[in-house]
This record gives sequence, structure tokens and C-alpha cells, in this order.
Amino acid sequence: MTEASVRLLPDGKRLHLQHGPIDLIIAAAGNCNEVNKAYRRAWHRFQTVLPELVEELDVLRSPAGENKVVPEGTVARNMYREVNKFSRNCFVTPMAAVAGAVADEILHFLLEGRTLRKAYVNNGGDLALWLSPGVKFRGGLVSVPEDFVLNGTFEITHASGIRGIATSGWRGRSHSLGIADSVTVLAANAARADVAATLIANSVDLPGHGKVIRAPAQTLDPDSDLGERLVTTMVQPLSDTDADAALARGAAKAKHLYSQNLIIAVVLRLQDQVRFVGDFGAGGNRIDHSPLDQTNGDVSSCLRASLP
Amino acid sequence: MTSGQPKSEKIRCDACPVLCYIAEGRTGACDRYANDGGMLVRVDPLTIVERNESRQGRVVPFLDAGREWDGDLVASEESFVTAIGAGTTYPDYKPAPFIVSREIDNVDFVTVVTEGIFSYCGVKVKVDTDRHLGPERNLVRRDGEPVGHVTTGEYGSQMLSIGGVNHLTGGSKKEGRLTCQTLLELCNCEAVELSIDEGSSVTVEAGKPPVVNGVKEERMRVGCGSATIGMFARQWHGLVDEVVVVDDHITGVVSEHQAGKVLGWPDTGIKIKGRKSTPGRYFQVAEPGSGWGGTNISDPLSILKDFDKAKAKPGLSILMVSTTGDQFAYFVLDDALIPIEKDLPERLNASVQRISENCEPAMCSVLFMAGAGGSLRAGVTENPVKLTRSVKDILTYISCGGAPVYVWPGGGITIMVDVTRMPEKSFGYVPTPAIVAPIEFTMRFKDYEALGGFVDHVLPIRDVVSANEKRQVRQQLDNPWPTAKTNFNWKNRGGSS
Repeated sequence: MTEASVRLLPDGKRLHLQHGPIDLIIAAAGNCNEVNKAYRRAWHRFQTVLPELVEELDVLRSPAGENKVVPEGTVARNMYREVNKFSRNCFVTPMAAVAGAVADEILHFLLEGRTLRKAYVNNGGDLALWLSPGVKFRGGLVSVPEDFVLNGTFEITHASGIRGIATSGWRGRSHSLGIADSVTVLAANAARADVAATLIANSVDLPGHGKVIRAPAQTLDPDSDLGERLVTTMVQPLSDTDADAALARGAAKAKHLYSQNLIIAVVLRLQDQVRFVGDFGAGGNRIDHSPLDQTNGDVSSCLRASLP
Repeated sequence: MTSGQPKSEKIRCDACPVLCYIAEGRTGACDRYANDGGMLVRVDPLTIVERNESRQGRVVPFLDAGREWDGDLVASEESFVTAIGAGTTYPDYKPAPFIVSREIDNVDFVTVVTEGIFSYCGVKVKVDTDRHLGPERNLVRRDGEPVGHVTTGEYGSQMLSIGGVNHLTGGSKKEGRLTCQTLLELCNCEAVELSIDEGSSVTVEAGKPPVVNGVKEERMRVGCGSATIGMFARQWHGLVDEVVVVDDHITGVVSEHQAGKVLGWPDTGIKIKGRKSTPGRYFQVAEPGSGWGGTNISDPLSILKDFDKAKAKPGLSILMVSTTGDQFAYFVLDDALIPIEKDLPERLNASVQRISENCEPAMCSVLFMAGAGGSLRAGVTENPVKLTRSVKDILTYISCGGAPVYVWPGGGITIMVDVTRMPEKSFGYVPTPAIVAPIEFTMRFKDYEALGGFVDHVLPIRDVVSANEKRQVRQQLDNPWPTAKTNFNWKNRGGSS
């Protein structure tokens, strides 16, 4: 059994924490001494995160709303709480929040008692971030990675209230019930962004469509919390009309979540089409999105966070 | 952590507290461990550094401590870190993911290891077959989309050029995606079915025989019919009166052929159907097919006209043989100058067998070709052109997944590598679309300093691959070791060492 591991990345600035399926890339900006202390504390907390989650896996894999047992661990409890905000009329388990909730937890410990300018915890593409007042977080959307031309950029300000970014889609690590290539959600914390991205990506769908190939989740992953539910394994090229129809379903779900103040902004992508829902421009958030229409890259693979 | 459970069953991974059940052919929640035929294997540990979501996982044998292996690439005294799974730096202005140092024979070596993203790349495919795949310059398609073209044919082989920037990013998105998929599969030694405009369908798999229109090609012909005459005329001389080598391309006739003439071979009065090219060489004796010598015939006499009564004599012996020696027949003219089939005489057995012995197995070979002269160099040095010069001066050795590459002369760093010499599943892709390929630059520490390398980022090899992240693949014995002195030209340019 391997233990949690820690190291600095070769750039000498970012911290890499890994344990089993969890990979965190952490960056903090500020006084060197403060960053050092912050990293130590993040590492200290990290070492027990996975064992704590595993203790309560049964509860965490049961559908929200059905299970009245409230988990005990702090990460598990956050997963449970965030998922319950979304669970009305849809199937979702606390596992939908796991990546984001771990990022939130580590960020919380990293920040506690420290004076930093900004920091983020990137958990396999799901990101918890923090900004001191007046500081901006810049992200880029890239369509041609080797050229590193920013086709879209977004700026997140302290005032925007955005503290979490998460991406979901059928191509990603977790199984999706939908066909979105990617749905990227900006929300008040990473756990919430994670759940919302999962649910919106599930909604981008064409039920019964011949170009979509699905398999029961359990046949792919015997432990899957999705059980017998059909998850997407391949999406063949769709007509523009079909892709548009699928995105419209996802966008409707996104608007609904937005109207409930659960999320702040969403970018949805399917094949060559992109849609935006939510606050772009409000609270200092800005996304320049027009060139994105010509891209076919995967946002999650191209979404990069940068620290000066 | 290892598992000896029965095949095609789920296995329990105990690499971490999650204790995943992993189904056959799948990975666990971590994407690090996989069930490969009932065995728990480690998957591509180095990708964790810069995870590129679209990359396919690559399976290498998982080893527990103390197990022996043949020639590893990692974690021994003579270790070499390949770029497979190293991840890339986007953009490339940051130092490449691993800059590794080790000391061998008192020479400090630096290997800069990165996975390059190549939009300017493709494969050259050599298909050993005489079957007509399609006219030169015609498009090669995958699922209807153009992904390449037929290029200049070579001796005994048809050549295809697949990929390239114009198909990857210059056409429609679907064309780009299918081109990328085709390149990825060809480079990872998977079988790909291609169709050629006004030609055949051909299934290509690196290191395997081609399948043309559903028929597997077993052997290359020894040469065209005319060449076969040239090679064997001397061995037939005095044993038989006439030899016809049946070939769809050029059918050869020994008594008329230059090779026969120089031996003083007498005329036989034989007459061949088809179009005469030069003496003893005939085009189009029949239609192309899967019969004798790539023609559609099963009866060799069908390509003969009546013998010239003024020259032919009763009792004249004739050997007819195909270019692979697979088909042969022996005839003797009767009194009416009609060829009558007889058993092949013992004295001719050896020559027919020799044709067959000289045929090589038909294969597809796939060479990956790409340009590494762009921004990738910035991951190696602050002054990219110095890397190019260092490569040209043979002070820097380039390998791909440890395999040797051919570096084209002229500008830039344009390389070719035989994909079968690279470790399994060395290639990946990004949705751009572009191909991700491992590339390693190896040089002496002082040469790395001289070209403006990121000396501060050099790590001892042991720090790069920590004990629980080591992975081994078998070194291919015919690949030169990347730090071998013979790979470098130190004496002339770089001083002694």
C-alpha cells in the first residue's frame, strides 16, 4: 500500500501531492516564508484525506437525498452538503463533489493563518482558488496548445465570488451520462462547481441517438456509484443540428442552476460548438469568447491557471 | 500489489486505500494501475506531472522490488529516462519536464526529456507488395476522409505518405481528427484500414504483413520477372531450353533476355502474349490478380502463343515459374510443337526453391517523421538555434522513446524513427489535432551549458524517478544506448572527454 507523497515540481514553485487517485498541483503566491508554511500545512492535512474518504465510501456512493446518514469527515460532509443542494429531481451521489471538495479542503488548510496574495489547488482539473482583495486570477482558453495562442481568456477577481472551477465531460476521467466534450463551471467553491459541471454535462445529451455509444457504468468500473446507468463511451461526429439540440438541453440545466444562484458561469462545449451561460462581464469576470467558436480543443486540457 | 488472479476477472488493486475493483482492460480510479489480462500493471506514472487529459494510457509491466528485468530504461546504474509519459510543458518556454543528469564513464550526461506536440508530422509507410494499391498521387482515405496519398513506389514495395500538417490542420475538422487517429494508430503499431482512390483497400500494421483487398500478402517477390531471369539465368543454363518467369509487372523470357544472350542462349521460337518492352521483357501478359506472379492466370500456358514452327523443335523443354516460386510448371513440346506438362525434373528443383528462399516476408514498415525545430527547443535551451546546431554537430543525440532517429540534413530538426523500435504505445495525441511523441536530447553536461541549457533545472537521475515510480520497459537490443560514445562526435568539435 503506497502512502501519500509530496514533492516540488521541477519549476521549484509548485507543490505536487499525490495519494492513490488524488493528484494535487498547488501554487501559492506571497512571501516565501509564508508560502513555505502554507505548503507544509497543506501536506500535513493531505496525508489523511484519502483514508478518511475511504472510511465512508459506502455513504458517499449512495444517491443524495436517499441516505439520511450524514458523513463525519470534513471532506465527506462538504461533499454531502454541496450535493444536497442539487439533488432535487435528479440522480447524484456525493462522489460527484469529491475532486472539488478535496481541493477546497486543502486550500482551506493552506490559507489558514497565512498571509498570501493568491493560491490555488488544482485537483486533476478541478480547481479551488483564493484571491486577496484587488488581485486577479487569469485563466486562458487555448485551442492550439503547442502555439499557446490564447483564444479566450478569463479574469477572475476577488469581487466575483468565484472560488471554484471544475470541468466535466464524457472524455474525462469520470464517467458521464451525457455527451458534452466539456462543461466548465465557475462557482463559489470547487465542490459546488464539481457537482454542477457533472450535472450539466449529464444534461448535454441526445437520448437514444444512434451516434452515441453507451455502456453500463459497472461494466467499466465495478465500483462505480453510477451502477447500471448507461455512461457514454463514444460520440461519433454529430450534425450541427443534433449538437445544437444537445447543447440546448445542457444550457437549460445551466440556466436553471444559475437562477438558483448555485453557479456563476458556465462554458459548454460539444464538438465544434460552444455556449456560455451566466455572468460574463459581471463582477469583473470577463471572457472573450468569440474566437472559441473556431476551436475544437477540449477546454479541460487547455484551461490553465497562471500565477505571476 | 501484484496479483495472480484468474484471467478476464475483476481484480482488486491494493496500491492505495481505495482498493478499487478493476475490470479487465480498465484502469482504477487513479488511472495509474490497470488490469491487463488479470494482472495488475502500472500505467504511465510520469504523466502525472502535466496531465494531458486526452492522452491514452500506456501500459508497462509493473514490477515489485527485486524482480529482475532485461535491460530497463529506468532506475538502474545504466538507466535512461524516456520521454514517454513525461508530459509536456505548454508553452515550451518553460524547461522541459525532466532534465536528467547521470555520470557514465566519467562523462556527465544530460538528457532533456519531453513529449513533443507535433502538428508538422506524419508517417511514411512502406507496404511490401506488388499488388496495385492505386495510382501515384492518389488520395489515401480513412473512413472516406483524405489522410494522405500514394507516393513514389519503391522496389517491391508501394509507398504511402500519411498525415502532415495539411491533412491535420489544413482541411476540415473531420479530416484532421481522422488523420490524427490514423497517425496515432499507425505509430502505436495498430492495424489501420485505408482505401486508395481508384485503387485497393489495404490494412497496414507496422511490422506485420499487409492485407490488400482482404488478402494477406505472405512474401515479397524475389524481383520482377525480368530481374528473376537476370538473377537465375546462369543457374538454368544447360539444364532447360527455355524459362519464362510470369509476373504481372514484367514477364521475363530467358532465351530473348539480355541475361540469356550473354550466355549464348539459343532462340526457342517461343511467343508471349502481351506488350513487348525490350527483348525478353513483356508488360501486361494478363490482368492483375491473385494467380501466378500477381496476374489473374492459373494456367501459365494461357500467356503463350503458338511456337514459331521455323525455330521451335519437338522435345524442347520449358520451365514456367512465378516471381515467388509459389507456382511452377514444366513442359516439353510434342511433335506438333504443343507443350505437354511433365513433372518438374530433379535438376530444376533447386532453382525453383532458390527463388522461394530469396523472397523476404512481406511487411509494412511505418516511419514517424516530424519536425522538432520549433518551440519545443525552448524547453531545452534559452537559445533554441544552439540546440539545432548542437544536433547538427553531433554533440547532441536525439532519441524517441530510446529508439534511434534519422536526422535529416539541412535546416531544422526533422527526424524519422521506426515506430517498431520504440516502446509499446509511445504515442499520444492532443485534440488540436496533433500527435504527442516522446523525444529525448542527450548531451554532455558541458555541451548543455554551452548551448544555454536550463542548468539549474538538472536533476540527478535518482531524483527524477523515485523508488515507487520506477517503470521499466525492455530495451530493444538493436537500439544503440543513448549515451554511447559512438553516438557523438566529441573529438572533432567538442574536445576530449
